[in-house]
Amino acid sequence: MIELKNVKKNFDNLEVLKDISITINDHEIYGIIGQSGAGKSTLLRCINGLVDYQSGEIRVDGELVNLKDKNKLRQMQKNMGMIFQNFNLLNRLDVYENVALPMKFWGIPTNTPQARKKIEGLIELVGLSDKIHVKPRDLSGGQKQRVAIARALVLDPKILLCDEATSALDPAITREILDLLQKINKSMGITIIVVTHQMEVVKQICERVSFLKDGKVLSEGRPEELFVKPIKEVKQFLQEESGHLPDDGVNIQLFFTDESSDEPVITMMARKLNIDFSICWGKLEDFRSNVFGSLVINIKAEDQKKVTDYLDERKVLWEVL
Amino acid sequence: MWDVISNAAVQTLYMVFWSTLLSVIIGFIPAVILTLTAPDGLRPNKVVYETLSLLVNIFRSFPFIILLIIIIPFTRMIVGKSIGTTAAIVPLTVSAIPYIARVFETSLRETDPGVIEAARSFGASDWQIMFRVYFKESIPRMLNGVVLLIISLVGYSAMAGTVGGGGLGDIAIRYGYQQYNTQYLVICSLILIVFVQLVQMLGNYLYKKIS
Repeated sequence: MIELKNVKKNFDNLEVLKDISITINDHEIYGIIGQSGAGKSTLLRCINGLVDYQSGEIRVDGELVNLKDKNKLRQMQKNMGMIFQNFNLLNRLDVYENVALPMKFWGIPTNTPQARKKIEGLIELVGLSDKIHVKPRDLSGGQKQRVAIARALVLDPKILLCDEATSALDPAITREILDLLQKINKSMGITIIVVTHQMEVVKQICERVSFLKDGKVLSEGRPEELFVKPIKEVKQFLQEESGHLPDDGVNIQLFFTDESSDEPVITMMARKLNIDFSICWGKLEDFRSNVFGSLVINIKAEDQKKVTDYLDERKVLWEVL
Repeated sequence: MWDVISNAAVQTLYMVFWSTLLSVIIGFIPAVILTLTAPDGLRPNKVVYETLSLLVNIFRSFPFIILLIIIIPFTRMIVGKSIGTTAAIVPLTVSAIPYIARVFETSLRETDPGVIEAARSFGASDWQIMFRVYFKESIPRMLNGVVLLIISLVGYSAMAGTVGGGGLGDIAIRYGYQQYNTQYLVICSLILIVFVQLVQMLGNYLYKKIS
């Protein structure tokens, strides 16, 4: 378990993290989303001690992350693998040597049958067995990230930190990498923290997510809660505007989450209440395996009470715009 | 004539070889210190970095011919004499050390900071990062620096004739230029051209091979 309590961090006079408190459970995939400059990458680096924080507490499995205690920090870093936006592989080492590198830092021999089996096993896990002696310059972006993932797993970490791991990849490759991360999470039980500005990443794999802006957590919860009924700042982040809505009548936004999204609520409502309305805006999105969405309808002012009563009865969340 | 020239060629090779080898070994040390203490280094230290950097610049700004003369007492201390081919290695090495220190520093510091951060995230010590990451990633760039060094040392070794160092450059000046023996001048120059060309080609080949 990773616990952050009132974490604050400045770069000189600039406050990058302002009072961050979050808890990340074992075995979950946790997302940290926000714009560039929101402080999310810094937050990730505070967790594994790459950068220091000024006040508050970060605990990983109860142990305080403290940059002054170098030996203990090293031990903790061994438990936290990390992958990066630009992969950060060593150009002069081939795939095998890159994956083996962290073992060398720990003085673990890399040419014993055991070590060989482990390294080759990881390379197989990420699907690069045929590239084992290829250098990074001959690999595609997606393949490089796979090598980086194998490298991050070679010390048997309990946590995997992903810093914008798919931001430099195209959508199809992003999906493959996310599938791989999910597989690792499921099969090895590794806790994964993903820092990203990509909505798709959070939607596809995260079980919980926090939205960071200007060094503060503005919203935290399941991705569907965060994005289907977003707060103002999340809306801005998603650049999601409901477009031009009619000036007359009443605009009501409906949110479909969980059960309600399976039922044909809209058409049932039209028939049951015998009213007409126009659909002005809508979206449906996949979250992991579920579909959630929202819709804006325009109704006559006199129908408002009827409609909202009906929606309440059907347990559909709504809001008058 | 060929005796003179082949003897000179051996002297040139001798001077260039030893001064390259010694300056690469000695120059590597300040390069590592500069890299470690640079503002973006693993142990930033403004005082150490600036002082060492200034020292490197001072030594680099001496014209070689002046350096050759002012370090004569030092040369005598090291090799016991101030004249001759072996004695010429000392000023050549002294002038090459700051050069190689700067070239190696630049090569080392060109290492992708992301790779260094990755190494740190796996719990690597500063020492391991220095040698397993900085050094290892920079070898091809450093090799290019050594090739440039060898080529300029060939040029400088010609001036070593001033302290009786001998070598092809010396023969070209004394026999060829001062005694109007154009043949010597042409042959010595051709050998130097071929030598430089070979060094460059070998350097390019190795660069490709190891990068």
